[in-house]
Amino acid sequence: MTKSKNEFIIEKGLLITALSSIVIIALIIIFIFIEGLPAMESYGPINFIFGLDWSPSDNQFGVFPMIIGSLGITALSLLMAVPLGLFCAMFLAEVAPNSMRKILKPTIQTLAGIPSVVYGFFGLIILVPIMREQFGGTGFSMLTASIILTVMILPIIISVSEDALRSVPHEYKEASLALGATHWQTIKNVIFPAAIPGIITSIILGMGRAIGETLAIIMVAGNVVQIPHSIFDPVRALTSNIAIEMGYATGIHYNALFATGIVLFLMIIILLIFANYLHYKKKVTIGGGYL
Amino acid sequence: MAFRIISPKNVQMIMKAIFWAAGITTIVILLIIIGYVLFKGLPVINLDFLFSEPIDSGRSGGIFPMIISSAYVTLIALLVAAPLGVGAAVYLAEYSGETTAVKIIRFGAETLASIPSIVFGLFGLAFFVIYLGMGWSVLSGGLTLALMALPTILAASEVSIESVNKSYSEGSLALGATKWQTVYQVVIPAALPGITTGVILGMARAIAEAAAILYTVGAALAIPISLLDPARPLPLHLYIIATEGISMENAYGTAAVLVILILVITITTNTLLDRYTKKMMGR
Repeated sequence: MTKSKNEFIIEKGLLITALSSIVIIALIIIFIFIEGLPAMESYGPINFIFGLDWSPSDNQFGVFPMIIGSLGITALSLLMAVPLGLFCAMFLAEVAPNSMRKILKPTIQTLAGIPSVVYGFFGLIILVPIMREQFGGTGFSMLTASIILTVMILPIIISVSEDALRSVPHEYKEASLALGATHWQTIKNVIFPAAIPGIITSIILGMGRAIGETLAIIMVAGNVVQIPHSIFDPVRALTSNIAIEMGYATGIHYNALFATGIVLFLMIIILLIFANYLHYKKKVTIGGGYL
Repeated sequence: MAFRIISPKNVQMIMKAIFWAAGITTIVILLIIIGYVLFKGLPVINLDFLFSEPIDSGRSGGIFPMIISSAYVTLIALLVAAPLGVGAAVYLAEYSGETTAVKIIRFGAETLASIPSIVFGLFGLAFFVIYLGMGWSVLSGGLTLALMALPTILAASEVSIESVNKSYSEGSLALGATKWQTVYQVVIPAALPGITTGVILGMARAIAEAAAILYTVGAALAIPISLLDPARPLPLHLYIIATEGISMENAYGTAAVLVILILVITITTNTLLDRYTKKMMGR
């Protein structure tokens, strides 16, 4: 009797720990929205999201330049990280000898573990002066931030894509090779297409990381609120906006920074829903293929 | 056709070279970053740097209070996140089916893992610092970091619990053990290396984080004693002295300490997992 009672209590206790994630998400949403919505309401949500002018001293709170900044930095870093990451993942999954794999795996883990502030510091000390000499200007730019971000999102793109490439059934590859295709033809025409859903997931995860990165971007992007005309212009990301101004914000300005957080939160949620939709579709197609 | 000029065999050779180049580029990137930080930072590190207090807001002196701060907030984060994460993983892996509720819990954990660190920082400021009145303190900072470490610990633990051979628990249940006795004495011990790795990864995330604690932990230079003292963990210290141009030399030293910590963590988790896989293969 007491035994089954104990079991019951333990099961419910574990359920409570499992529910903690949901409770935390709910609390985060409630508190960010409570603090952020007043600013969106008083400034108008459309004006807030599409407004071009951000100057808290004049009560102007338009975050559109920061949205463009975040998306611009993210797109540019994906442009560099996706090709390099995919080739690296194919190398790991298909080409690399064991000895090389033993070096590359911990390399990728270490790259993923290095604190973002250290990346930012490296960018500030090494990359910014190089960019200044090569391309003029201050060296703080959208491109500089993208290069640092490229290194930061590389590990997640490589590891998730590699898993996707590895999970392609062996028979596919063997059939293609048996038909006389070269290894590269097999990778390009058989393994890669079969792994596409997983590879897209890796890109979405990299995108999420790029949009969410804060301090490393602050240290190298220049942080000027403007819609950039070239990749050499300084930009400010949504995340940077919060981190830079929260230290001295009061009143409606304080609320506007939480509203910036809402925009950021919504962007991440859209990405997540898209990733889950893909995952769902992938299951359907693979299941259909086997039936 | 034009692109047929190169034979498939030659294309194969070219692509192989590109694959090798991609792999080597990744290694070179890491070597450049780590090499440079260590080259500049190692000469700064000595016992005096590690065990003395900063002088003149970090212009000279050491980083002892920052090391204590980092250890303090990380410990709080793990004390909260490890039981929650492992408990949730046990529930998801052992007690629940694939019900809608479980799908919602998983989506919650996934969302938690993807929320930008600065949004955690905003939440920590609004909830822990202001609403619960904890102020800028190691407690507020540690709890904020706990929320970030939770999904990492949960995901890694769940995978390792699920990968425990089902015949183990079936054997235990057949011998008349209850569900919890089986989980506690058979499944968890078998999954322990994976769970430990998950906790270490969560720890690494907490040690490396700066944006989430920017507005929750304060930036005090003194050694934090009580839970409600403000503090300045290592990444935050690096951010402040580098962006305010206080001391590049001390910034190199701090960055090197962080890089060494991450290297130690990576090597430890790899050895742990290596031993674990060998043990499992040996059977």
